[in-house]
Amino acid sequence: MQTGVTAHHSVAGDQDDRALVAVFSAYIVSATLWLLFATGVGLLLAFKFGAPEFGSGAWLTFGRLRPIHANATFYGFASIVLVGLGYYVAARSSGTRLYSAKLAWIGLALFNLAAVAGTIALDIGYNDGDLEYREWPWPIRLIFLAALVVTAWNLIGTVARRTSEDIYLSNWYIIGGTLWTCIIAVVAVLPWYQYGLGQVAVSGFYMHNAVGMWFTPLALGIFYYALPKLLSRPIYSYALGVFAFWTNLLFYPIIGSHHFLFSPLPWWLQTTAIVFSVAMLVPVWGGSANYLLTMRGRTRDMVHSYPLMFIFVGVMGYLTGSTQGTLEAFRSLQEVWHLTNFTVGHSHLTMYGFVAFAVWGGVYALLPLATGKHAGTLGLAMHFWMALVGSFIYVISLSIGGTIQGLDWIHGLPFIQSVVDMQSYYVWRGVGGSLMFLSHIVFAWNVWRMCYGQGVEAQPLQALHGKEAVA
Amino acid sequence: MNKLLLVAGGSTLVYACLALMMGVLPGIELSKTPAGQGVQPLTALQAEGRDVYVANGCSYCHTQQVRPLGQDKVFGRPSMAGDFKYQTPELLGSERTGPDLTNIGVRQPSAVWQYIHLYNPRAVVPESIMPSFNWLFDVVARAPVGVAPVPLPKAYAPAQGVVVPTRKAEALIAYLASLKQPALSEADMAMGGQAMAGVAGPVTTGSASSAPATAAATPAAGYDAARGAALFTAHCAACHQADGEGLPGAFPPLKGNAAVNDDDAGKHIDVVLHGLSNTKVGGVVYSSAMPPFADTLGDAEIADIIDYERSSWGNHGKPVTPGQVVTARAAAK
Ligand code: HEM
Ligand code: HEM
Repeated sequence: MQTGVTAHHSVAGDQDDRALVAVFSAYIVSATLWLLFATGVGLLLAFKFGAPEFGSGAWLTFGRLRPIHANATFYGFASIVLVGLGYYVAARSSGTRLYSAKLAWIGLALFNLAAVAGTIALDIGYNDGDLEYREWPWPIRLIFLAALVVTAWNLIGTVARRTSEDIYLSNWYIIGGTLWTCIIAVVAVLPWYQYGLGQVAVSGFYMHNAVGMWFTPLALGIFYYALPKLLSRPIYSYALGVFAFWTNLLFYPIIGSHHFLFSPLPWWLQTTAIVFSVAMLVPVWGGSANYLLTMRGRTRDMVHSYPLMFIFVGVMGYLTGSTQGTLEAFRSLQEVWHLTNFTVGHSHLTMYGFVAFAVWGGVYALLPLATGKHAGTLGLAMHFWMALVGSFIYVISLSIGGTIQGLDWIHGLPFIQSVVDMQSYYVWRGVGGSLMFLSHIVFAWNVWRMCYGQGVEAQPLQALHGKEAVA
Repeated sequence: MNKLLLVAGGSTLVYACLALMMGVLPGIELSKTPAGQGVQPLTALQAEGRDVYVANGCSYCHTQQVRPLGQDKVFGRPSMAGDFKYQTPELLGSERTGPDLTNIGVRQPSAVWQYIHLYNPRAVVPESIMPSFNWLFDVVARAPVGVAPVPLPKAYAPAQGVVVPTRKAEALIAYLASLKQPALSEADMAMGGQAMAGVAGPVTTGSASSAPATAAATPAAGYDAARGAALFTAHCAACHQADGEGLPGAFPPLKGNAAVNDDDAGKHIDVVLHGLSNTKVGGVVYSSAMPPFADTLGDAEIADIIDYERSSWGNHGKPVTPGQVVTARAAAK
């Protein structure tokens, strides 16, 4: 079953190799720029909670910058970096070259076009209805859809060229996620069933599927490739990975309405969502166990390998963030947490603690293999620790603050009291956010060194453990 | 190739079915939800205001959904399916950094307050962290005929000239004024019954104290000072301010106010119960409207607020009892 990961790219010629490396690097560089921009905006937003007049005027107003932040992190940073990694994993694990480098470049141009146009549109006041994560005006979302279609086509073409009968597990997740997301994008854009309460139902569906059927499967697919690569040992259980794939597919799409608990959406729809939110523990715990068991007994390597540490945090982020999500779906807990900052803590525990750490681990594990250039331990260490400590502060302060906020409301205090009580937690979020942002600058520097710099000799972990490498 | 077809095609087919089931079909079905009784489409100006609301992302901080939960009663009655008939795009929101606005047209009917607050929220609510929307206003040397300048407190007013709303600000405030929950019909209440299990009356909000029985139990002499202060902060301080001074030219002071210090509390009770507009207080005419609280607060709560006002900031009006509020309510019927 392990054919994919250990297959060498000797099948592909040198020129094809260079084309893949160029595509891969370009996606990572592009995503890095989006990360800097989007989290710079995020930091400004965080400051505004303490100093509402900081950055005034229409173009810097909170309500325009917030969707710019969320969409740029989602569709600028996370989407582009995942697709870049996806291409590399698909080609390498299939022992072949990209189906079409040209399509990959077209996709990259479309992703960027959409993200630039979407950002500008939001900033000058064209917001498609404040519907979370689909705020870009719909023609721009069609550009994004086109990028997805191009990507799906290219990924399938690449895997179709594989030399073995088997399709490596990573590609299931990467291709599946991309195709499903094409459907999500279509469902989100068509207007005919989106009036009033009907649109609320679609919003619930969309919000959760955007995170659960796009970022989640692609990030999981990256884990399945990067972990065996870094550890030179196969994934603990291939079958468990397949099982998690199908259960994830069956349960995740059903839970969207838990975003609207206690709303006028039909009660049965909400209850179904709650039940399947609990069922989500199956793929989440199954998948996480699979990763952790793959790492079993190799704690010492982890200490020597920042890529592994990033991935370990990513796995823990997936496990804790999703389990927290299940708790958030219970009515009893949602009475306290819904509509508070606890949700924002959850968003960042998952999108940051899980997705961002996963892709960083992937980039640090795979980009040096592609370019032959390493970033140096100091850079990796700085990125890792600032991002980790920063996001800890961010998530913990908002989780505590959000709980207090919810209890204030339940105790019937005047609303403004909950605003006052959040103040110190907002400050802490700003502190955590600043560290996170600094870590992104270091990441950019690392990416630069891996792509264009002199680079340190690549020293993948296999070298250290060559002797015990599994064929 | 076959395997690829199975993984990519098979899973996509499954997903398409689920998307249809959980996204599209509920969408189709719920899009047909008829309007509740009294739910009206917006006027052209209000709709324009709604666009301003969307363009500037108000709904990232303000929800428009009242849940059938105790803590949401301050925002109105629980939202019903029929309330959303004319709400596309939907603005339910996912976070309450600021208060829910479903019923803001009732909770804060004063356009003057809305303009001041929009220009700079801290002018009326010092602890607010809402951004200033002063760029929705013009500063002019003199207000055009027929347009009232926004009566900003000195500290927040521009050094030169007066502030007048732009068309966008006017539309936005017209939209906010339109956000009023219609009373529920019997049928609605029956329909919502399952969803609102455990929720008491429709519009009567506030804590359990709305029942006259509890009201009578409150000792006449000592009122609940802490609750009075909290209710004042929640319902009154936005206009009359925490120091009871009001805002010059916009909202009358309660400190030293004749009605508040009058031993006959009849007027004081009436104003809190039924609201007020265009009235002269202490020689100044205030054009802004004060909302009635008869429907939102219970008798004991109203008595607590009144007693808080009568005993704060150097006021020394004779305290009232919940019984007096009950009587005043009955008299108005
Ligand atoms: C089993 C897995 C998960 C469950 C059951 C779950 C559950 C929930 C629930 C109930 C909410 C709504 C909270 C509220 O509005 O009060 C929520 C919000 C959110 N979740 Fe998850 N979650 C899961 C995993 C994830 C993952 C993996 C991600 C990211 C990749 C994610 C990203 C988000 C985001 C961004 C929001 C905020 C959306 C909003 O603005 O309302 N979640 N989640
Ligand atoms: C320096 C790092 C970051 C900072 C300081 C930051 C800050 C913020 C702030 C202040 C908000 C608004 C919260 C509110 O409205 O109450 C926000 C929202 C959000 N951010 Fe970030 N962010 C950062 C990184 C990221 C990253 C990397 C992602 C995704 C990969 C992300 C995804 C989101 C999402 C999805 C929301 C909407 C949350 C919700 O609806 O619950 N953020 N962020």
